[in-house]
Amino acid sequence: MTPPGTLMLEAVEIHRDYAMAGDAVHALRGLSLAVHEGDYVAIVGPSGCGKSTLLSLLGALDRPTRGAVRHRGRDVARLDDRAATDFRLRSVGFVFQRFHLLPMLTAAENVALPMAEAGVPPRERRARAAELLAYVGLGARTAHRPTQLSGGEQQRVAIARALANRPALVLADEPTGELDARTGTEIIQLFDRLNRDGTTLVVVTHDEELARAARRVVHMKDGAIVRDERLRD
Amino acid sequence: MRVALAVASLARHRTRTALAVAGIAVASAMLLDMVMLSSGMRLSFRELLDTRGYQVRLSPKGTLPFDTEATVGDAAALVAAARAQPGVAVVAPNLGAQLVAPRGDGAVTVAALGVEAGVQGDYALREGRDAAAGELVASPAALAALGRRVGDTVSLGTGWDPQLRAFRELAPRRIVGVGRFYFLGADQPVVAMPLADLQATADGARRDRISSAMVRLAPGAEPAAVARALAAALPRVSVLTTADAVAQADERVAYFRNLAFILGSVSLAVGFLLVTTLMTVSVNERIGEIAVQRALGVQARRIVQQVVAEGLALSVAGGLLGLGLGLVTARYLDAILGDFPGLPPDIAFFVFQPRDAGTAMGLLVVAGTLAGILPSWRAARLPIAATLREEAVA
Repeated sequence: MTPPGTLMLEAVEIHRDYAMAGDAVHALRGLSLAVHEGDYVAIVGPSGCGKSTLLSLLGALDRPTRGAVRHRGRDVARLDDRAATDFRLRSVGFVFQRFHLLPMLTAAENVALPMAEAGVPPRERRARAAELLAYVGLGARTAHRPTQLSGGEQQRVAIARALANRPALVLADEPTGELDARTGTEIIQLFDRLNRDGTTLVVVTHDEELARAARRVVHMKDGAIVRDERLRD
Repeated sequence: MRVALAVASLARHRTRTALAVAGIAVASAMLLDMVMLSSGMRLSFRELLDTRGYQVRLSPKGTLPFDTEATVGDAAALVAAARAQPGVAVVAPNLGAQLVAPRGDGAVTVAALGVEAGVQGDYALREGRDAAAGELVASPAALAALGRRVGDTVSLGTGWDPQLRAFRELAPRRIVGVGRFYFLGADQPVVAMPLADLQATADGARRDRISSAMVRLAPGAEPAAVARALAAALPRVSVLTTADAVAQADERVAYFRNLAFILGSVSLAVGFLLVTTLMTVSVNERIGEIAVQRALGVQARRIVQQVVAEGLALSVAGGLLGLGLGLVTARYLDAILGDFPGLPPDIAFFVFQPRDAGTAMGLLVVAGTLAGILPSWRAARLPIAATLREEAVA
């Protein structure tokens, strides 16, 4: 297994426990994972094995009960809320299963939202939002609201939004889970293009086609990695 | 972007937003009215006292002007001593009494003021001229009650003698003018006549007596200093500056202020609860959206700013609407209260001042801001991953 670049993201012996109805649920049990620059990792496994929990920890949406999550050497699990939020804004792009676009904003405004938060001037963010929507094939739908777009189009807008602040890392949680097979394939192709353009991808999926498109597939079971296979360099 | 998001969020539920703005407008109108009421009577009373430029008032020791039927004797000497004081420009003595006029089988009672025409500050002539000996100026209500017009003669007595079955001291007096009386009720029959004429009634019991006197100061004279000098020189009378009179009147209408304070506080609380409820509902509906924004890198304080901006927008829109509504209701309420018998025509309960509107708006804006903080802060601090998971399941 030859890593494609330098180490970007590293989970070291991470545990995540939840208290649920008085019992402790061990979602992750001492899991370690390294992701390198330019890699395209698919995380697969049965429901409840801890895939989404791992993704949340890698993206500083949550903190591990024990262990460290290092992004380019910095332990993002130890950041305070403000710094963790800033990390998510500038270093990570998120794509969710249910798109999670803001319904009152147009496609372009949704894409511009992270840029506005990052302090990008209005003219520049309008131009970049248009450019990103063109990149995902929605150059003609910039003024449409989410309710006026199909599921596949909404997911494309969400991908454009994830790229707004030029993050080197995109984390996607079941990005084709809500889409039909044809639309899912389009998203897979888009992810492939993204990765070829230099973005590191970590994708949680049940979709075998999406998993096969990745360079590396990490298999999880019961909160731990049971197999890590590299499909291609 | 924050403002655009706040506006878009409010526009998403137009009917709910409109109803909330209407509710806040009603609360804000009530708040404005109560702020106006709390200071309105005081302002109005001060303006009334200042109408004719008299800054100091003299009344029998221990009384307020026309507060009782008490009079003070040796009036000519008293007035002369007052006029001799430094800083005093004009002294206007007056005597109050009740007179009766026969009309049909009964009698009409009128309030009578004895004044010195040249210096009096009790009425403004609307028609005709000031009264000389044997004449009088009447209020419109008095003309109506007596069934007379300017130029007519009316017989006025001091009362009814049941033994003689006749009016006492009945004497004819010619009506030479119509006056607007500042300090007596608009609906009250009032006549003004020369002070000497009224002092000559009641079988001499009113001779050389007055009920009160108003003092106008020379330019530059300090009312408090002149009042102190008058009090020292005239121990038989109470001396009140306009400020003293306003303060004393203020104590007497304290219940109006208390009522205004309570109702104003209730209005403010209603406005606050309305915005809080709306913002809580709105935030709860958008928990998922807020979690997404947080996931995308929006700081918690920016979420708070956005929700607070929504609360603020509601408060400002409702407040501005309420301003107009408050002025309309204040005018209506003032007309109702102004009909209270015996109330001077220039007394108003609700007096608009820009500062009042500023106070009401300021309180509402603060309430609207506070109302948005708690729900937004709670939402912004929710665990992001868990919230997104719950939203996805929902």
